[in-house]
Formats: sequence, structure tokens, C-alpha cells
Amino acid sequence: MSLLDRAARLGAWVSGKVADVGYGGRFFFRLCFLALAAWRRPRLIIDQIHFIGNFSLSIILVSGLFVGLVLGLQGYYTLQRYGSEQALGLLVTLSLVRELGPVVAALLFAGRAGTSLTAEIGLMKAGEQLSAMEMMAVDPMARVLAPRFMAALIALPLLAALFSAIGVIGGYLVGVQLIGVDSGAFWSQMQAGVDVYADVGNGLIKSIVFGFICAFVSLYVGYEAKPTPEGVARATTTTVVASSLAVLGFDFILTALMFSI
Amino acid sequence: MNSPKDTDAFLRLDKIVFGYAERKILDGVSMVFAKGTVTALMGGSGGGKTTVLRLIGGQQKPQHGSIVLDGQELTSLDRAGWFKVRKKMGMLFQHGALFTDLSVFDNVAFPLRENTDLSEDLIRTLVLMKLQAVGLRGAARLMPSEISGGMARRVALARSVGLDPPVIMYDEPFTGLDPISMGTIARLIRSLNDALGAISIVVTHDVSEAFEICDYAYLLANGKISAEGSPDQLRATQDPFARQFFDGKLDGPVAFHYPAPSLEDDFGLAPILAAQASTGGSAAGGTNIGANR
Repeated sequence: MSLLDRAARLGAWVSGKVADVGYGGRFFFRLCFLALAAWRRPRLIIDQIHFIGNFSLSIILVSGLFVGLVLGLQGYYTLQRYGSEQALGLLVTLSLVRELGPVVAALLFAGRAGTSLTAEIGLMKAGEQLSAMEMMAVDPMARVLAPRFMAALIALPLLAALFSAIGVIGGYLVGVQLIGVDSGAFWSQMQAGVDVYADVGNGLIKSIVFGFICAFVSLYVGYEAKPTPEGVARATTTTVVASSLAVLGFDFILTALMFSI
Repeated sequence: MNSPKDTDAFLRLDKIVFGYAERKILDGVSMVFAKGTVTALMGGSGGGKTTVLRLIGGQQKPQHGSIVLDGQELTSLDRAGWFKVRKKMGMLFQHGALFTDLSVFDNVAFPLRENTDLSEDLIRTLVLMKLQAVGLRGAARLMPSEISGGMARRVALARSVGLDPPVIMYDEPFTGLDPISMGTIARLIRSLNDALGAISIVVTHDVSEAFEICDYAYLLANGKISAEGSPDQLRATQDPFARQFFDGKLDGPVAFHYPAPSLEDDFGLAPILAAQASTGGSAAGGTNIGANR
């Protein structure tokens, strides 16, 4: 292959990728616009919040509890070296609210609800349901994707909050009930040390951003899936991998930005 | 019947060209559809039949040619324009394409709820009337997973005529159905078309069922119309592809064998045959192989 051919191939690859990014960007902004317009029919959004929330609720609660239990143990192990085990409540809560709640909830959400959304949209495409909708003069993006997008944006921060809350209870069970840390110190240090804006607020911002990422990736990948069984299977895998990497990448960026402010 | 060219055409495709870089699927195809008629589009797999429906429905755009519906040129429409025009169209997909999360009733109600401001009471009446027409009023509360393939096709048929469209398209409506369901769907296509005074375009491989119900038929081959006419005219046609298609012959213009190297080359017999020929010996075996190619 001549140098010119290689250069031409590279050029075609780059322009193809740039076109993909442009298409994805247009898709994202159109979805955001349609998601706002979807409030004209709130019933569709509420149904989806119920559906998507239910998908992930049990796994979020169980995982949150176990993460809290482990944080209680590990936190106590570290803090008691410095005689600071009274600060266990603060450590567990800050870890959960600032970091683990939004991130782990998003990863679990991508694995549970995200894959369901991708498979659902992909199968609708494979079964010509989306084409049928278009032929009935109904825009599938507005009718099917937008309510799911808005529902995921609302559901993920709520799930992250539940994750953190149940995690704190897990930390309490291990720290106070099992190990014997003073209950008053556990709660009062937590109350005194956790800032609503700097800690809870930043965690909330993270979970909202992760909501955008998980919802967009799962819907986009499902909508663009090849309309075959293999295509849908591949798409669900792509959703987990792409969402997880994007969540972890954005988590670093957001954390760095929040530190610098 | 007379060719629809003689009548007042409601839908007209003129010199349509559509294809991909490597292959032309439709090459200068012109068709005319008159109101009140059922037209069959037939042809081999991959012959461009479904593409015609997708072009009429605006799901794909032709590279050349025009599509005129009720005096309106469709090929220049934007997305919003297409959504308006599609309210005049109904389409039955190959496997029904029912929404799996909605009941039979809600599936049929879907286009009415989305595209009209009718009250829920009126929608209920209309939906039950449509379901009555296809014999499935009693199945209104069932989910698509609870009904058979033939019933699903009938529900989809009721849904596609929800807005009483003047153009109804059927993409292989008989595929995978038992003879009873097939006959039912065929009769429904004809009776619904007559009741609505619409244009029905039926894409199918099923020659006998299509000839039972259609007024006119087009046979597509290699991106062009290879034969057209009323069922009687087509039964009498001498076009080689049409004859092979209608008679189901194994070989003809559509070859049975996929292009391949000769048998001698593939089995490595060429040197043996050459040696036998040069020694002048009996080449009976080789001759036989050659004869069987």
C-alpha cells in the first residue's frame, strides 16, 4: 500500500469519526430538547421513572448497604490507628456522598437499567416497531426515547441518594452496633463535618452528570444498534463498557474541577 | 382491468432510481396506482419490492425520479412534511411490528391517540370497530405475546387503517402464515380497500394469493419492471423471468447455480482429461463429467 493510500485511509477514518461525533452531538442536543418537550405528557415520564427506578432499586439498596458495611470496617481500621474512630460517621458519609454514591450508583445503573433500555430500544428497532411508529407520523425519538431520557435523568440522582443513605446506615451498623463506636459521636461528627453545598451539592452535580451520560449512552447505542439479535447483544455490552468508562473519566474531571473551585 | 395509466392516478412513481454505490436496486422504475385498486408488487428476494414501499413512505429517498401523491411531490419534502403526509398512509409490516408493551386495544388506539384530539370514548368506539372488522374485538385486552402470528397480523392491519388512510401498504403480509390465516388476511386486504376506496399496495412472493385479490400487478427484476398487467394478462405473459417466477421453475433467467469455476477446475480433473484426450484413450468418465456440468 502506497503512502498516499495510507494517508487517504487515515483521512477517511478521521473524517468518519468526526462525522460520528457530530451525529452523536446532534442526537444528544435533540434528545435534551425533546426531553423537555416530553413534559407535555408527564404520564409517560412518570411511567418510565417507575419502570427504570424499579429496575435498579433492589441492586442499588443491597450494594449501598454492603459498601457502607465495608466502609465502616475499613474506616474504623484506619481511623483507630490515629485514635480518631469517633470520626467514622464523617468518613463514611463523605466517602459515600462525595464519591461512592454517585459513581457506584451510576455504574450499577448502567449495568441494570442502561442495558435494559438499550435492549428494549434495540429490539423495538429490530422488530420494526420504530419504523412502524415513524410510518404512523409519530417521532420515535420524541415518543419513546425522550421520556426514557428524562426519567433516567431524574431516577439516577434519586438512586444515588438512596445508595448513600443506605450506605451510611451500613456504616452505622458496623461502626456503632458491631464495633462499639459511640453513637453520639458518629452522628454529631457527621452533622458537623458534612457541608450541604460543598459535599452533598457536589455529589448531586456528579450524579446528574452521570445521569446524562448513562441515559444518553444507553439510548443512543440502542437506537443505533444493528437490527439483528447479534447487533442488540453487542449494543448492550457496548452500553456497559462505554457508560462505565465515561462515568469514571468524567468523575475524575468533575472531582478535579470541584477541588479547584 | 384497464391499466391504471388510463385512469386518474392518485399515486405515481416516475423514473425512480435508487441504489447504493455498488448496486442499483431500482433503475428507472415507473408505477401508477389508482384509487380503489389493489396492486401487487412481486419479484424475487432482494428485488427492490420493499424498497418501493420505503420510498413511498419516505423512509428512504430516491436518487432520481419523482413520487407524486394526490398532486403533491413527495421527494422534496422535509421531515415535518413527511410526518404530515404519513397521516395519509397506513403500513402493515412483515411481522406486524406491534408494540410489545401495549395491549391489542392500545396498539390499535396508538395512531388515533397520537395524531388526533378525539375523546377517549370516541377512540374506544373506533378501536372496537376496527377490531370488529378484523374479527378480534374479543382479543382487545390481550397482549401481543398472547396472540398468534396470524392474529398479530390482523391487529396490525386494524392499526394501519386506524386513520382511514387513502394509501395502505402491505409488506409481505402472507409470510409465515397458515393457509387459513393467509386467506383471512387476503380477504381483509380486499374488503378493507373496497370499504375505504383506498390504494392498497401489496408486496408479496405469493403469486396465487396475490392474483386472487389484486387488480393489477408489477413484477420487478434486476431493478426494472419485467412484467405488469392484470392477473389474467400476467398469467399469459411470455416474459422469460415472469414465466420462471410464476411457474416456480428451478432454472431460467435466475440461474440455479451460483457463478463458480468449472467442475473440472474445482475437482482438479483438467490435467486428467487432457492426458486422456492426448493418449486418444476412452474418455468416457471425463465426457460424462463434462456432460453433467
